[in-house]
Amino acid sequence: MNFSDFIEVGAIRADLKALDKETVIEELVEALVQSGGIQPQDKMSIVEAVMKREELGSTGIGRGVAVPHTKHANVNRLIGTVGISRVGVEFSSLDGEKVFIFFLLVSPPDRPTNHLRALESISRQLRDDTFCRFLKQAQTPEDIRQLLEEADNDRKSDKKS
Amino acid sequence: MWNRVVSREVTVVNPHGLHARPADAFARRASQFESVINVVKQGQRVNGKSILDLLMLAAEEGTVLTIEAQGGDAEDAIEALVSLMEQVNAYDESGKSSPNP
Repeated sequence: MNFSDFIEVGAIRADLKALDKETVIEELVEALVQSGGIQPQDKMSIVEAVMKREELGSTGIGRGVAVPHTKHANVNRLIGTVGISRVGVEFSSLDGEKVFIFFLLVSPPDRPTNHLRALESISRQLRDDTFCRFLKQAQTPEDIRQLLEEADNDRKSDKKS
Repeated sequence: MWNRVVSREVTVVNPHGLHARPADAFARRASQFESVINVVKQGQRVNGKSILDLLMLAAEEGTVLTIEAQGGDAEDAIEALVSLMEQVNAYDESGKSSPNP
């Protein structure tokens, strides 16, 4: 699955302001509201559901990355966004480190395959140290969009060869 | 003896596949053993102690995975990881099948 299949370009944020877990999740969900990916009336229930998921175990999977996510009945396809924090956010990560790179995912209930494919794309890309470094250094949402597009293109050419 | 690879096939029983929580649980459990642990899906072999590696498999319900362990505690590791995979619903956030919602 390509990033362009689920990342809402209009919701990408290069300079997240939040310093704690709940606020950063709210900031990311609000970005999806502003891009039109989710309805304003669903915002708080999505934030709550994502927080509830975090209570079961942090999605801070190490390397300064977190993948907060939930299912929600009012989305009809997998949508997500990317946000970068300059100073890092305390996220109770598996490795105890602060999180700088966030991929927020909201999927429709009962469609686990796309969620797994999105996690696959994200984890595959994040194993690449250069990609992580460039992502952290991105100054604008457009920088981030380009990095994701390059990653999509690289993956396509890998498949052809 | 030390070099012998112990391996076992397991089927992913979680209806949501090997998503973040079960992958985390697997990597944590695997990390408690000194053996080298790999998980193989259709020829793709990844480090069983890394959540990023495990998520890369995108293993859906019904996928057959091979767990391989190599090292002094390989037998124990395989036992522990196979039983973890068999009760993987316990690590599901959907609530329905979880004993601790």
